[in-house]
Amino acid sequence: MNFIALKMLIGDRAKYLGIIMGLTFASLLITQQSAIFLGLMTRTFAFLTDTGYPDIWVMDPKVQYTDDLKPLKETEFLRVRGVEGVAWAVPMYKGLLKARLPNGTFQTCNVIGLDDETLIGGPPQMIQGQLSDLRRSDAIIVDSFSIMDKLAKVMPDGKRVPLKIGDTMELNDHRAVVVGICKATRPFQSQPVIYTTYSRATIFAPRERKLMSFVLVKAKPGMDINTMCNRIQATTGLAAYTWNEFKILTVRYFMKYTGIPVNFGVTVILGFIVGVAIAGQTFYNFTQDNLRYFGTLKAMGASDGMLLRMILLQAAMVGSIGYGIGVGAASVFGTLSGNTELSFRLPWQLLAASATAVTLICAASAALSMWKVVRLEPAIVFKS
Amino acid sequence: MNNIAVRCKGVTKSYGVGETQVRALRGVDLEIKTGEMMMLVGPSGSGKTTLISIIAGVLERDEGECLVFGHDYKHVSHWEKARFRGQNIGFVFQLFNLIPTLSAAENVAAPLLINGLKRSDALESARDILNRVGMGDRTYSLPRELSGGQQQRVAIARAMVHSPKLIVCDEPTSALDHETGHKVMELLHEVVVGVERALIVVTHDSRIFEFANRIARMDDGHIISVSDSRDFRLS
Repeated sequence: MNFIALKMLIGDRAKYLGIIMGLTFASLLITQQSAIFLGLMTRTFAFLTDTGYPDIWVMDPKVQYTDDLKPLKETEFLRVRGVEGVAWAVPMYKGLLKARLPNGTFQTCNVIGLDDETLIGGPPQMIQGQLSDLRRSDAIIVDSFSIMDKLAKVMPDGKRVPLKIGDTMELNDHRAVVVGICKATRPFQSQPVIYTTYSRATIFAPRERKLMSFVLVKAKPGMDINTMCNRIQATTGLAAYTWNEFKILTVRYFMKYTGIPVNFGVTVILGFIVGVAIAGQTFYNFTQDNLRYFGTLKAMGASDGMLLRMILLQAAMVGSIGYGIGVGAASVFGTLSGNTELSFRLPWQLLAASATAVTLICAASAALSMWKVVRLEPAIVFKS
Repeated sequence: MNNIAVRCKGVTKSYGVGETQVRALRGVDLEIKTGEMMMLVGPSGSGKTTLISIIAGVLERDEGECLVFGHDYKHVSHWEKARFRGQNIGFVFQLFNLIPTLSAAENVAAPLLINGLKRSDALESARDILNRVGMGDRTYSLPRELSGGQQQRVAIARAMVHSPKLIVCDEPTSALDHETGHKVMELLHEVVVGVERALIVVTHDSRIFEFANRIARMDDGHIISVSDSRDFRLS
């Protein structure tokens, strides 16, 4: 009976394509919008993604997310260093500074100051130059996206020339020389990421009484990280988070205090509703149009179970195709937007969630049709 | 006794309740023997379709007894009833009811597939039976590519492909012109009627009465007469 079910479905081209289009559109909207949302959320903790080495992040207790900077006194890192179980503790500066480009325009940059001695917290991957080049005079390392985009030199003819090693710029009226190009995760606001040493960052930064943003801590081997966090908090009165806790804190802030989840959530729900409305309605109409034939099969001896399996097979078929095309289109979109400002992240969990949503749409559509077929009196076949 | 295909006694059926209740059958008695073609005739609303629906097991009767080859639908589950229909009853409908997206052979194979036969075997049997009804060259045609007469031939092939004991035909010629209707009835008479099989045909078409062995006249939910075809035509 399976091939009869499939031929009934495929034979009605217009409805078949209508159902698949509805499911494709729903699948595409749900997957693509969720992937962009996930991408955006991932960018909120991009700075943490690139700084995975320390076990513990110590900061002002009022800090709510990675860019919510509440500077600490420079002596704090010495206090942290003194806590029992700490293998090492280094200061880190993070701040938004204005860079003046050769053509006179300004660009706000995410400047990260690394501990002068150890350079802990540096970029995950160097493309040109070396991290140790930061020890040279006025040295900075710039991320690879920005050198071709926001920090590129714009020539009089409008042509953009990428920034290269040896080029100079002004950071808050201080001379800075590019000594390296690194790969860095794009931050939430897509500003250029600039690495330099802690002491040089404090020179670049506007003069303030407190400048240190974080203390990065490594626990001694064998120490429990959560115990260490509690100990640092108790000893110094500062907040101490594991990498994962700080990431969750950041994501929660964006989820709670920005309209991003609501905006994307509305679109995802809209995709689901569109799927139910278009695919569900068309599938139901398809069953309705074929009711006489389902009745004929029923009269000829097909049991309710047999007919339900036929409808489920039809729903599974359109669901699989619609999901496949939708997710495929979303993946192509993600691939094409890989090197652009657009954030896109498509983990397997999202694919599974999208598959669940499409399955729910198909189940809802099939349930309506199944209800109709189960209630169908086979005597309908004698009505002309 | 063994040659009785259908025995109905005191069968009643009503639709609706209260003042809107319609009594479609008011105690029908009828016997159909194996090897005969019984026609049910009568005006619209006389209960012909209700009676064949009950005999075919697609509608529940209210009261009375109705045995089809000794089988009573009353005390069996939906599943068993469907299984009995699938194995023992063939249907020919007024509007053919061929599934439009299936080829002639696939339509004919449907009862065999319902009975659990393998697809390849079912299609092979379907092609054989289409040959017998003179449609061997149209096995791959879709219903829309066939004339009314050809579609009814395919429907007849579908009704007999699984060798049912009883074939129920509802106005099999009403959608066909006289000549085609006549040919369809010839086919039913030649190919379908057999010693082990009975046919019950509901019709308004007096031009096909000659093919019946017996004709039962219905009116207002009763069978008012059952006579030989020849006597009926003379009367």
